[in-house]
Amino acid sequence: MATSAVSLEPAAHVEAHELSFLRKYIFSTDHKIIGIQFLLMSFVFLLFGGLMAMMIRWQLGFPERPLPAGQLLPETMAPGGILLPEFYNSLVTMHGTIMVFFAIMPLLVGVFGNYLIPLKLGAPDMAFPRLNMASFWIAFSAGILMMAGFFVEGGHAAAGWTAYAPLSADPEWTGVSGGQQIWLLSIAILGLASIMGALNYITTVVNLRAPGMTWFRMPLSIWALFVTAILVLLAIPILSGAAIMLFFDQTIGTHFFDWTDGGQVILWQHLFWYFGHPEVYILILPAMGMVSDIIANGSRKPVFGYHSMVFALISISFLGWVVWGHHMFQSGMNPTLGMTFMISTMIIAVPSAIKVFNWMGTMWRGNIRFHVPMLHSVGFVAMFVIGGLSGIFMAATPVDIYIHDTYFIVAHIHYVLFGGSLFAIFAAVTYWYPKMFGRMMNSTVGKVHFWLTFLFYNMTFFPMHDLGIAGHMRRIYDPSQYEFLQPLAPLNRFITVSALLLFTVQILFAANFIMSWFKGKKAGENPWEANGLEWTVPSPPPHGNFAKVPTVYRGPYEYSSPLVEEDFLLQTRKLASDVDPAAAGP
Amino acid sequence: MSWILPPSASTFAGEIDFLYYVILVITGIAFVVVEVGLLVFAIKYRARPGRKAQYIEGSTKAEIIWTAVPAVTLVIIGLMSGGVWNHIKGRNSIPPNAIPYEVHVKQFEWNFTYRGPDGQLGTSDDFIVRNQLHIPVNRPVELQLIAEDVIHSFFVPAFRVKQDAVPGMDIRVWFEATKVGEYEIACAELCGLGHYRMRARVFVHSAEDYQQWLSDRAAAADEE
Repeated sequence: MATSAVSLEPAAHVEAHELSFLRKYIFSTDHKIIGIQFLLMSFVFLLFGGLMAMMIRWQLGFPERPLPAGQLLPETMAPGGILLPEFYNSLVTMHGTIMVFFAIMPLLVGVFGNYLIPLKLGAPDMAFPRLNMASFWIAFSAGILMMAGFFVEGGHAAAGWTAYAPLSADPEWTGVSGGQQIWLLSIAILGLASIMGALNYITTVVNLRAPGMTWFRMPLSIWALFVTAILVLLAIPILSGAAIMLFFDQTIGTHFFDWTDGGQVILWQHLFWYFGHPEVYILILPAMGMVSDIIANGSRKPVFGYHSMVFALISISFLGWVVWGHHMFQSGMNPTLGMTFMISTMIIAVPSAIKVFNWMGTMWRGNIRFHVPMLHSVGFVAMFVIGGLSGIFMAATPVDIYIHDTYFIVAHIHYVLFGGSLFAIFAAVTYWYPKMFGRMMNSTVGKVHFWLTFLFYNMTFFPMHDLGIAGHMRRIYDPSQYEFLQPLAPLNRFITVSALLLFTVQILFAANFIMSWFKGKKAGENPWEANGLEWTVPSPPPHGNFAKVPTVYRGPYEYSSPLVEEDFLLQTRKLASDVDPAAAGP
Repeated sequence: MSWILPPSASTFAGEIDFLYYVILVITGIAFVVVEVGLLVFAIKYRARPGRKAQYIEGSTKAEIIWTAVPAVTLVIIGLMSGGVWNHIKGRNSIPPNAIPYEVHVKQFEWNFTYRGPDGQLGTSDDFIVRNQLHIPVNRPVELQLIAEDVIHSFFVPAFRVKQDAVPGMDIRVWFEATKVGEYEIACAELCGLGHYRMRARVFVHSAEDYQQWLSDRAAAADEE
């Protein structure tokens, strides 16, 4: 069975062409350098997003007290260090925007899509290396543009990361005009970068798998990134289209979302969420895929139910297209749609449940090594399940009447995006760090970071379920305006203190990341005794990755195989019983 | 650390709260099974010298069980929810004898239009009260939400009522209060810088007090 339509000649490709520093590290076409560029960019945005969260929490926990260093902020944002309500609305908007579009998405899709796909498939690079380079620099430009929005008159976008019209469509309602326009342009430009990346990933997975790397011998991390790339390709254009329509409403006098001139207000919500729901799967599937790889490695066992796991990934991605209305149950759309979207949303919970049980099944009867990536991965499962279960309350439309737009939703979002995606990112960065940088991160610091993060994370976000059950709304600058929210002030303070501790503890991760780059223990080819193709090349791999085209003899999860003594078995190791796959051909 | 819902004061709050508690129990069980399972596996199957993992690739039987059980459970929750949803939000579910009000919603206040002594909305004896909704207990009321600028959302936590008010759309919400008292109304959709202070109040009166209040308002209006 032909697995490669393109002839792979990495040895010939790796000539000794001496590239300048600029071509080697800045305008590189090497997928590994591009992956690391995305990593550094995303970490900076993660920091900004986190700082914004601290400011939001400060306002909710200590509203009368000036923000520490708040005097550094201009009068238009925080006179005397006390946040203005309009700036608060901007903060909640930009925290969401930056975390979703410039931190989590590039970390999962930009970093690991780029770094892992060619390496784990046995390819010398992506199918389109120059398109890849363009995609990073376009994403980077979109990021710079987004940050510029803070400096324009009227301030940055303040209509939520969801930018509902009419609030976002007309400066009359918020006083924000340039900021929202910059937001829309930046999102559209970032969209271009995402689409380019998706094209590259899909083409590479379809065409550049090494001989013997059949579809069902691909690791789940690659399956997840592949499925995610298809979602990106199909969903992002809708966001871009909607953003352009809203931009036109703002600037050239169209009325797509303007009811006074024949437009439809909730059209924005339909368009945004038609993108937005696949988007949240874009934000979790790569995390699930990588966690599968790491849990198998940590447990020294195959992934339980590999085929079911693939099926679950595919089901989630299909079903993800028909659930968007669950963000709009209370929107005024036809209530019959409440029924249909409830059913589809209930159904999509099933493949996620299947995955959770399969992860548990992978650990069952394993011989578990609790290295730092494994800690974060088990943490991922423990917290993703909470996020998933809380989703069931929202899926039940009558219950959603009460909890929609409350902190119950905020709790859910953060359990899946932080408890889920970000913990998976910590796992994946720690796991592939030795391959990227040739050194190990410090394991003790890593373990302390994990436990403290896990503790403070739950102290911050679990109580938000309670806030929601008490009726605490989202995006509220000053809850004390409402009598029913005044008793929740101590809980808000508790959450704020926990959040500040959570944020502070991340210094451990940052310091570990930076110090290990220079001082970490040097890593060999395969420090985790894992099976994937990336662990057969030096750490870090040379340009072109493989000295000769690898041949794959088995799947990626042959841990504790009865065929060998060791408890791992590389995909490319040829045993006496193995037969070479048919030569690559049509 | 309470997952107990606050007290409620409307007819359909009971249905919503019941559904919530059913889901709480079911998800609570799933939560305990998964978290305890993870902990037990982490401890029991941790690496120790001389141990080996068991080379197990999966189990079709297990897959079938843990697909079917969640699927059936969720279908049941869905069926239970469907009826309640239709009863509360269905367009044909608004009780025909509901007292009609108009609510003009804008940045950052709620203007309630009362039908006045002639019992008809849209006539000259209608009157408007800002940020105060007065209703009688044990009578259904129907509010027509008219948003004048951006999307807002009419939220009365104690009644378990929430409905977005969308400019350009004719949106109705109904409920029936069961306890006399004063309750807060909040805006539950980001609507601008004053979103956090878009507060109003519902006054639920006994039937007599409601009539009294109406005639007091009519008298005051006559004097103006």
